[in-house]
Amino acid sequence: MIEVENLTKKYGDLVAVKNLNFKVEKGKIWGLLGPNAAGKTTTMRILTGYLPATDGKASVANYDVFEKPNDVKKITGYLPENVPLYPEMTVHSYLSFVSEIKQIPASKRKEAVEKAVEISGLETVRKRLIKNISRGFKQRVGIAQALIHNPQVLVLDEPTAGLDPAQIIEIRKLIKSLKGEQTILLSTHILAEVTQTCDGVVIINEGNLMASGSLEELTASFKEKEGVVIKLKKEGKDVLSLLQKIHGVDKVSHADDEFKIEWTKGKDMRDEITKLIVDKELGLIEMRPLAMNIEDLYLKVISGGVAQ
Amino acid sequence: MKNIWAICKKEIKTYFTSPIAYVAITVFLVLIGFFFYSLIWWFNSQSLQMAQNPSYYQQLNINQMVYSPLFHNMSIILLLMVPLLTMRLFSEEKRRQTDELLFTSPISVNQIILGKYFASLFVLLVMLFLTGILSIFVFAYGNPEPVPVLNGYLGLFLAGAAFISAGIFFSSLTENQIVSAILTFGTLLLFWILNWASYSAGGIWKSVLNYLSFFQHFDDMTRGILDTTDLVYYLSFIFLGLFLTHSVIQSRRWR
Repeated sequence: MIEVENLTKKYGDLVAVKNLNFKVEKGKIWGLLGPNAAGKTTTMRILTGYLPATDGKASVANYDVFEKPNDVKKITGYLPENVPLYPEMTVHSYLSFVSEIKQIPASKRKEAVEKAVEISGLETVRKRLIKNISRGFKQRVGIAQALIHNPQVLVLDEPTAGLDPAQIIEIRKLIKSLKGEQTILLSTHILAEVTQTCDGVVIINEGNLMASGSLEELTASFKEKEGVVIKLKKEGKDVLSLLQKIHGVDKVSHADDEFKIEWTKGKDMRDEITKLIVDKELGLIEMRPLAMNIEDLYLKVISGGVAQ
Repeated sequence: MKNIWAICKKEIKTYFTSPIAYVAITVFLVLIGFFFYSLIWWFNSQSLQMAQNPSYYQQLNINQMVYSPLFHNMSIILLLMVPLLTMRLFSEEKRRQTDELLFTSPISVNQIILGKYFASLFVLLVMLFLTGILSIFVFAYGNPEPVPVLNGYLGLFLAGAAFISAGIFFSSLTENQIVSAILTFGTLLLFWILNWASYSAGGIWKSVLNYLSFFQHFDDMTRGILDTTDLVYYLSFIFLGLFLTHSVIQSRRWR
């Protein structure tokens, strides 16, 4: 649905996005992840036709963004980082204005506004001036604005920025409820957001693509070592050295009452470890697999230590 | 056309839901009312004096003695007001980043520019239309010639339309409304008084400066002369203003 090929954007000498490649399949939610100033907003602005790219190709639903911008704009809903609101308008009049410029036929506008109000939960504030409603509602008006013309593709730039935890959960629910019908690309620097809402992720840093793929794929490919975390009744240096002596174990570390044991991918040392614990009566309390979470993945990718 | 109307409607709403349009129209009318009163009072006193001398009395002309100076005053006030009406058109969109909504919607840059342009023209029309109340009194108690009056209004409308096109252009240049207003006002004033320079210039420059000056074209129209060169001048000024606005917006996005 969304395809980006060798996309490059330069602002003068500053390269904001460099040779970016990624694909988002129809009906999926993908996260565009990266630290601040990584090029997330620039990428989204190019995809929505706000900015032209310096080089490369981008297409939405097989329409080239540069050659057929109007076709792309018709099927794309966009929530910019700064929600584009006119504070002197009421929520309702703002949404009817948007419905007009998004080319919704006159006979269907009313219905479209109603639907957007309903989906985004704006019923209580629809008659109020936008300048008088809270930050959370403003964000929702932004989302309503993005999906008012029932677009096939939604591009959301930091949809949960600046909201309180309850509002964040609501907005995430709202985004998840759109999954299936719409293809969604959302940018964020909140890692939990990706694990909770996204099917896949594109990680960029300083304009470069660091990694992209589904979450499972990525975590699997980045995991070089496997291991377990165990919690024992007995602790101390002798326990540590006992564990280290197990043949095949590469690394054992001790922190927060827990031992982290790692070995090279492909082996399975769990039997040996349990045997040792039982033999030496170390008192096993807990054993769990060493999972690579999104934070580890992110930090590893951003630091550039791992090849793609 | 539908898209232009959507933008235009929104801009007119903004003018009339904020105090901008009301303040501008009221101040304009108060000032014009004052000028009108002074001119009529002066015309009356002249009439009384000349009533003793029938040959002079014939030369009294309300079109020349009231309307012509009134139109000149109106145009100068428009010169001051229009920059304030147009300064927010693009500057504010950019500052609030609402331009991101407009430029990612399936409407063209030209449609956005024209929508905004027509909204400002509408406010100008309301201003001019309301000054028509003054003419009701003049036509009820005197006998001015209607054609030069209408011609003068056409001149005012065209001048105002040209001012607005310059205002939109400067508004597209900057995020700062004050800067936009100052640049518009300065440029318009310069164009107004360009013919002053023609006094000292010679040869081709004299006619070039004269042609470029707003004053020259406007003066013709207040005296009841409708010349195609004046029309061409105003229309090309408007076209140039809107064309430059389009170029500025496009180039900004390409940078």
